[in-house]
Amino acid sequence: MKQMKMVYLYSRYERFWHWTQAFLILFLALTGFEIHGSYRLFGFENAVHLHNNAAYILIVLIIFTIFWHFTTGEWRQYLPTGKNLKAQLDYYITGIFRNAPHPVKKTILSKLNPMQRLVYLGLKIIFIPVMVLSGLAYMLYRYQYDGVIHSSGFNDLYLIASIHTLGAYILLAFVIVHVYLITTGHSLTSNLRAMITGWEALEEETTDKETEQK
Amino acid sequence: MKNIATFLLTVVLPIVIITIMLRDATKDNTLLDNLREEYAIPHIPSVDHSKHAELQRDFDDPHEITATCISCHTERGSEVLANAHWNWEREAYIEGRGVTYLGKRNLVNNFCTGILSNEATCNRCHIGYGWFDDGFDHNNPYNIDCLICHDNSGLYDKARGMAGYPVPGLDFQTIVQQVGRPEKDNCGYCHFYGGGGNNVKHGDLENALLNASWETDVHMSAEGANLECIDCHKTTNHQMLGRYYGVSSDNTMRATCEECHTSLPHTTKTLNEHAVTVACQTCHIPVYAKVNPTKMHWDWSTATDRIDGEPYEIIDTLGNLLYTSIKGDFHWVQNAIPGYTWFNGTADHHLISDVISENDSIIFINTLFGDAADPGARIYPVKVHTGRQPYDTEYRTIIQAKLWDQQPGMGALWVDLEWEEALAAGMEYIGMPFSGEYDFIDSKMFLMINHMVSPAEQALQCEDCHTRRGGRLTAINDVYIPAQTTNAAIDHFGVIMLLMATAGVVLHALMRFLARKKRTH
Repeated sequence: MKQMKMVYLYSRYERFWHWTQAFLILFLALTGFEIHGSYRLFGFENAVHLHNNAAYILIVLIIFTIFWHFTTGEWRQYLPTGKNLKAQLDYYITGIFRNAPHPVKKTILSKLNPMQRLVYLGLKIIFIPVMVLSGLAYMLYRYQYDGVIHSSGFNDLYLIASIHTLGAYILLAFVIVHVYLITTGHSLTSNLRAMITGWEALEEETTDKETEQK
Repeated sequence: MKNIATFLLTVVLPIVIITIMLRDATKDNTLLDNLREEYAIPHIPSVDHSKHAELQRDFDDPHEITATCISCHTERGSEVLANAHWNWEREAYIEGRGVTYLGKRNLVNNFCTGILSNEATCNRCHIGYGWFDDGFDHNNPYNIDCLICHDNSGLYDKARGMAGYPVPGLDFQTIVQQVGRPEKDNCGYCHFYGGGGNNVKHGDLENALLNASWETDVHMSAEGANLECIDCHKTTNHQMLGRYYGVSSDNTMRATCEECHTSLPHTTKTLNEHAVTVACQTCHIPVYAKVNPTKMHWDWSTATDRIDGEPYEIIDTLGNLLYTSIKGDFHWVQNAIPGYTWFNGTADHHLISDVISENDSIIFINTLFGDAADPGARIYPVKVHTGRQPYDTEYRTIIQAKLWDQQPGMGALWVDLEWEEALAAGMEYIGMPFSGEYDFIDSKMFLMINHMVSPAEQALQCEDCHTRRGGRLTAINDVYIPAQTTNAAIDHFGVIMLLMATAGVVLHALMRFLARKKRTH
């Protein structure tokens, strides 16, 4: 018998990090594509200032979050696993339409399904670093310090900007799919509620397994 | 209730704090205030020339005035003799040519085309007396015209067609007692009227600068810094800062904005960093020819036309000369938007001896060097003056026409209106062959725009260049300009990916919705 139990899944810092990062990434996309010339919204100058400042805040947030990941051991949540990866994919492609159960149970120790693990790890070690580094290169390929304009040596802004733009498109595509996939929890909004309140109703049997292991 | 509090704390509060942090800091303008203070101090002359015993008399001969000046200012004569204002040529190294001696003395342009064979009229604007032809003695200091630059009375005037000699009947006693530092109207006497009339040639130098409004020129306006030309074109021993690349070739002795404003004039670092690739003038002179129109095109090929055997003129309702039989057709533009080009401070010129290649449909009177890969080059505003001027179809060189003479029958175009004779007379004077076969060829000339700096609020805004289409720098395509430059492959890939993600999500949601409906039935 599966019983639902309210579990405190996302700590206060994790939620703060998630929502601040979500806001910053959307805001960076909004201002970034204005800088890219896709539309006019804040005005180019404002867009640049807002984009740069938002980027610095995001970098600070990322540094704090790296610290958080290691001190809490939460980094283990992102260790990739091939187990059930196919099952998770099948679930999204067919199972979900037959009302089949989620192939992987959510637990405190394993909050992420195999697909999430893989995608979030990709974000953490590839896409976000590429965006941060190309963004810093874009901002600092020329900089004023001590009364002189310095060059950081790599002057090919075209290459830097191309990488940064490509990364932005990929992140935006991620956001679209991510925002949609959070509706595939137990109910349409259970995942969203969990990320706001920290609490989510999970199936009881997880705790059984934990006791068994002990 | 607790949920709402948590939501406010974890979601809303950080966003509010971040939004406040994202606002920009306030500005500081100490540098500009210091400059205003420095240049507000008026110049007090150390000498009152009306008290000099030597100047308590009238003069008949202008050479005598020069001799009197040199009798006290003993070394100034030799300074001037070594000066480009005097020699109208300068030694310069040009890539591909080597060391050259070029200047107004021997170069051609696409306005009046050149001084050779026309010295008597053109050289009214020379700082000397009597450069009627190539027999002029450039080594005689008594040929110097001190007054054209140093007259502060406003009474001095040079005669037309007299190769720099003053108009007869001037009150020299009054004039010589009021000499001093050159003022705007001394420099403007020649530099405002290049090409044969006010603002014809430069577009950013004209007599409206004598009482310019704040919007026309913040530097020369009395409401602004009220500067004299020589405040920027700083001069030591008659050597002035400033280069005009219609005649100059090298990157030395330039008058720059940075002299006063430093290379970090803005309060925002981003703008200061722009100055590595973009010249100050590019943003701060958004338009030129603000008060009076400037000539943008001169077509010599239509000259010599007559109505009933008589030369004629066409003047538009604004008073602009559109056609005259002696010169051809003109285009004028007021509030002109500059062209933009890379420039590293060095230039080449089309010499009259240069052979025009069979493939060239256009000649470049001057070439401004520099591109994005050149660390010394920046993007500058230029006036692009186009022309159509005579060339020898056989020898394939530009032809210098003889334009002016005191009397008819000497081959002067403006007097006799005969092309062949004018071309033959001009080339004969220079000592170059003329085949007798001629046609007209398109030409382009680049004039740097440096004056008529607008108030800061009217400078170009980011969007004037940082825009996808129609920006000021559309012609500059070898450097990445955010918003203007795109990587088409990445944009196409990105947009297709976003569309596919959205379509996938919508399709998936639709299928879930339909599947759910099916189950409930």
